[in-house]
Amino acid sequence: MTKFVAARSGGVALFLVTLFIAVPALISASGRTDFYFTLTSVAILSIASAGVWLTFYIGRINIGQGAFALIGAYVSAILVTKAGMSFWLSLPLAGLFAALVAILIGLPILRLRGVYFAMITLVLTQVVTLTALAVPITNGAKGITSIPLPGELSIFGLTLIPDFGSLDNSRLAFYYTACLLMVLTFAGMYRLVNSRLGHLCRSMQQNEELASSIGVNIAYVRIIVFAISSFLGGIAGAMFGSIAQSVYPSSFQVADSVNFMLNCFLGGLGYVFGPMLGTLVLYFGWDLLFELGQFQLLVYSGLLILLMLVLPNGLLSLRLPQRKGTSE
Amino acid sequence: MEQILANGIYLGAQYAMIALGLTLIFALMNVLNFAHGQMYVLGGFVTYTFYGQLGWPFAFALLMSCITLAVLGALIERYLFAPVIKRSSREESTMLLAAGLAFLFDAMILLLFGEKQRGVPKLVDGVFNWDFRVIMPYDRILIGALAIVSIVAFILFMQYSKTGRALRALAQDRSAAQLMGVNVDRYSMVGFALGAMLAGLVGGLLVTITGVNLGMGGPTSIQAFIMVMIGGAGVISGAIAGGIILGFLEATGLALLSQYGDITYLLIFVSLMIFLAIRPQGLMGKPWG
Repeated sequence: MTKFVAARSGGVALFLVTLFIAVPALISASGRTDFYFTLTSVAILSIASAGVWLTFYIGRINIGQGAFALIGAYVSAILVTKAGMSFWLSLPLAGLFAALVAILIGLPILRLRGVYFAMITLVLTQVVTLTALAVPITNGAKGITSIPLPGELSIFGLTLIPDFGSLDNSRLAFYYTACLLMVLTFAGMYRLVNSRLGHLCRSMQQNEELASSIGVNIAYVRIIVFAISSFLGGIAGAMFGSIAQSVYPSSFQVADSVNFMLNCFLGGLGYVFGPMLGTLVLYFGWDLLFELGQFQLLVYSGLLILLMLVLPNGLLSLRLPQRKGTSE
Repeated sequence: MEQILANGIYLGAQYAMIALGLTLIFALMNVLNFAHGQMYVLGGFVTYTFYGQLGWPFAFALLMSCITLAVLGALIERYLFAPVIKRSSREESTMLLAAGLAFLFDAMILLLFGEKQRGVPKLVDGVFNWDFRVIMPYDRILIGALAIVSIVAFILFMQYSKTGRALRALAQDRSAAQLMGVNVDRYSMVGFALGAMLAGLVGGLLVTITGVNLGMGGPTSIQAFIMVMIGGAGVISGAIAGGIILGFLEATGLALLSQYGDITYLLIFVSLMIFLAIRPQGLMGKPWG
């Protein structure tokens, strides 16, 4: 057991070193700075996918994460541009606002199950896009543009985060921010899944009536989980808006919501780190296939279908069976 | 008012056909077919090719749309959905497959037909005008009537033919149907082919009026989902009711709210959410169907 713990913490340390030291070193050595943007996107999208994964964990198929990402992006953009707030304050507020919306909407729709929940969340993405087009504060189809880069964050004169605008390499700064957020998210997710709440979620995933009959407050658990999920979506959306320095109603669409769901499926629904792997593979797969020009979508979707035929339970189900035995 | 009624019937009939195919596939296989809108677009393009480009009779082009989609649906069920359903540990995995298929169809349509908006010559010319109270082009009336005839034919088929009875038995209880000697694998394939065929048929019908383009697939799927949610998933009468209700809502919204901009769908979505909060299984669905 101790050997296993040592192996696992070794793995985590290796991952962190790769993420924060090896990757930037490799990128600066090779001069391919465009990879910063790709990897930053992967990190942010995997945060949103982690939220989707969490709703899968209570047995709900969530195709509405694009809605909450869009809400988060707009909240942060409006707070920064109209109220002049610091981005670092607007980031958690965007997440909290998305969570609040999730609680209000979740109260009725979380009673739905299976494909009904899947369909209503899909519709939700469309609703938020249409709302953004109709409401005056979001500036309609023109969107909110030229959002300033995140400013300085300091406590008692001690600069914690420098002004992104004054840095000569703001991409690296965004990369570190996104990675840090991703690490925090997945650490939190791991903790959550192995907590009492995680056990309750697993009991609900198997059978809600049974869970309810042995005293689990299922209405409460599913609202909490949906709020956490949407919080992550809001944070991811706000980060994305800040990097792109603009938000449009089309920034997150139905296709994005579906992609968040696909990331989870691809990585495997039974594994906490599935969404991270799924996002990485899908995003890079799509980028690599860019060389194929007009056949990009054809090959991409063909591979997706093939993968589903060969590995219907996700990529991480590949890992060796004996290792699975020790981890349980 | 009469105009809204006429538009509602016309829109409702075509929507009901799209929803029928989706709900049939859902009832039989418990698969939410994300690619349904793309199947509809594909059907439109097949009719466009035969009727618009090659100049063959419209009826033949329509038949080709049906056959193409039916064969495609049968192949997809046999070689993609059936194996995945058998081997996956969670039944939601079919959603990834369906989403992948939607992308695949989009790519195929893009490569075969391009991304331009395509239209075909009108079937019949002229406009029906009843004292300026109801104005409707004759070709819309024709397509609307054809759609209603197809729906009636479909209902009769499901009600009285041997295949229809087998499909209904399958939708009610898969294992019981199997015990009664229904060849479950074969009829699953037949049902999927039938659902895909309906999408192709309505695509072929509508190409004469709205034309067809690559981007129509996704929004059509979403519309179909809304109709199925209104009526209740997996119930044939529910799909028809959902289609007609959405058709009427849209016709009313376009007539009354057009001066406020594009808020018809926003209102439909919001009222749908409120409706589902009160009645989660839709109008006619079984609870947690």
